[in-house]
Amino acid sequence: MAKQVGMEVGIAAAEAVGLCNIDMAAVYPITPQSHIAEHLSDIVADGRIDAEFVTVESEHTSISCVSGASATGARVYTATSSQGLMYMHEILPIVSAMRLPVVMGNANRAISGPINIWNDHSDIMPQRDAGWIVFFAESGQEVVDMTIQSFKIAEDNDVMLPVCLNMDGFQLTHTVELIEFPDQKEVDKFLPVRKPFATLHPDHPISMGTLGMPEIYAESRKSQDEALINSKKTIFKVWDEWEEMFGRRYKPVETYLAEDAEILLLTMGSMGETAEIAIDELRKKGMRVGLVKLRLWRPFPFEELKAVVKKAKLLIVTDRAVSFGGSGGPVFIEIKSALYHEKERPLVYNSIIGLGGRDVPVRDFVKLIEEAAKSGEKGIIKDYEYYGVRG
Amino acid sequence: MSIIENFDLFAPKLIDKKEYFCPGHRACQGCGEALAIRLMCKALGPDTVIANGTGCMEVISSFYPTTAWELPWIHLAFENAAAVGSGVEAGLKVLRRKGRIPDRDVKAVAIAGDGGTMDIGMQALSGAMERGHDMLYVCLDNEAYMNTGIQRSSGTPMGASTTTSPAGKVIQGKQEWKKNVPEIMVAHNVPYVATASPSYPFDFMNKVKKARKVKGPSYIHCLSVCPTGWRSASEETIKLGRLAVETGVFPLYEVEDGKYKMTIEMDELRPVEDYLKRQGRFRHLTPEQTEKIQAKVSQEYNKLLDKVHGLHSWSDLEFEWGLFE
Repeated sequence: MAKQVGMEVGIAAAEAVGLCNIDMAAVYPITPQSHIAEHLSDIVADGRIDAEFVTVESEHTSISCVSGASATGARVYTATSSQGLMYMHEILPIVSAMRLPVVMGNANRAISGPINIWNDHSDIMPQRDAGWIVFFAESGQEVVDMTIQSFKIAEDNDVMLPVCLNMDGFQLTHTVELIEFPDQKEVDKFLPVRKPFATLHPDHPISMGTLGMPEIYAESRKSQDEALINSKKTIFKVWDEWEEMFGRRYKPVETYLAEDAEILLLTMGSMGETAEIAIDELRKKGMRVGLVKLRLWRPFPFEELKAVVKKAKLLIVTDRAVSFGGSGGPVFIEIKSALYHEKERPLVYNSIIGLGGRDVPVRDFVKLIEEAAKSGEKGIIKDYEYYGVRG
Repeated sequence: MSIIENFDLFAPKLIDKKEYFCPGHRACQGCGEALAIRLMCKALGPDTVIANGTGCMEVISSFYPTTAWELPWIHLAFENAAAVGSGVEAGLKVLRRKGRIPDRDVKAVAIAGDGGTMDIGMQALSGAMERGHDMLYVCLDNEAYMNTGIQRSSGTPMGASTTTSPAGKVIQGKQEWKKNVPEIMVAHNVPYVATASPSYPFDFMNKVKKARKVKGPSYIHCLSVCPTGWRSASEETIKLGRLAVETGVFPLYEVEDGKYKMTIEMDELRPVEDYLKRQGRFRHLTPEQTEKIQAKVSQEYNKLLDKVHGLHSWSDLEFEWGLFE
């Protein structure tokens, strides 16, 4: 029987990794990921799982090290945050191009400068084109569930791609939540021992990571793109299986009171729960508002998103990162371009919020939606706006 | 107790006939590195996984869809051969323990050039050695960034002209002494450290075989003549490698359990000029500059001799390499 436990989400993430019976982890500590690293080392040191825990000297090495172990056929995990993810950046596209299954937790934190340890999405957005599967979790339960799902997706021989699971630093990682943990036996059934497609072993010597000349490089990139797009099938299949076993449904685009909404707010990550309360308040005032929560960032769920937003008049996209000198935040840019050819499409408004740990309470969501609705009615849509920022 | 058990010396007849680094790779004529890899692989044998840092050897051996490697081989990037190698080691170790791969001693071996080891890969190397992985790291040192067109590295010798330390009218060649990475490895308490050269094939292969048997980290620094970058005749590769040793520029030694030993002993060193004058990269040197290099070579050589004659092995000091349990 599954049990419910009150637990800090970072600790719960490590517990979920333990349930997955990983073979190897390489982790370098960084705030706010450090509780994941610490608790995972406890799980290994106490012998609760049989795994190699490699205490590396940097994030560049943690990602390189788990890649080397993944190539031998091991189930591997790493976790990082902010500057650590930026330091891994060079290696991230190599891991996906080499089709190495790796699962990485990312405790989202702002990037320097100025140096700031608090939550936003400016660490993951520069990794957008690294070819990884990228998820955002909203709650502790989702962190646990999606950590387990991520291994199954990454290691599927139709996928063989690295997965990054984003969880908001502090706001999510350091919050104590009531979480339902699946039984070890159930997890073992859902996620059997990894059966790798190809491994580094003398009994069948192969070369991994060879040189791609101009005659082959473009084909290699195209096939990688296709692999990432195709991974959606497996992701959905794994989510179906999860629902069947554990009863919780996962979708690439989640909605809240969105069906009849004229105005939609779009969030990613832990802000969704606060935004729901704001939606409730505005509904009480008679506004037809709803919420769209993007769970799957890469491969981007174009069809699913279009279907959800097409009837609305106004879509307010929140971004928690800046694309300096661009036409808006990275999520906004993605969505606006996705809707360009659609006959039925809402006006799209972009609000950059919650940078570097700036709180966005319910009243701010309410105000943000009301103001956007007003300018939307007048047909005035600025490309993007920093909400509540001085100067 | 020695860290190396049942060590058999190599003899020509015992050398593996099988090629693990196959002909058909794209290395330049007279490439010392390609020769070193061929010998290294023979000494390692089939139960080996290679993690290769970006550089000449990765480029010349792995044009997709071909490969020169008969051993399992992996390459990710430039500076992370030690990091990838340590992951391979950890993976093989845990999968063997859990019975998911055959119960055999498969050695993880990381290789990279001087740039990938001594400059950009220094942090990854230091981390891997400190963590004590059961891994051999071989630096194939051809004394510059040859793959990108002969730029200066910390492995480039003093006075050498490279494309970023040119012999100009005012500044002539590299102004700094070569970084001593074998010493840095000794300072990591690595149980087996050696210098080697493919010009002394049996010495080199014996060292590789010794390093393979170490349970823990080991490091071999291999001077690899590069006719393209050294501006030397391709048929002189073996001779230049020998002259580097005979002049004391690159002494061949090993440090086992902390104990230094010269593996190729010289009664008398030849003048450094014999080595320098055969290479275009040193052609600009004045007699005074050559003299300065000679003085520094002699000093470094004497420093090494002091260690060879003076230091105890760790086992004499009642220290055994092993895990803290």
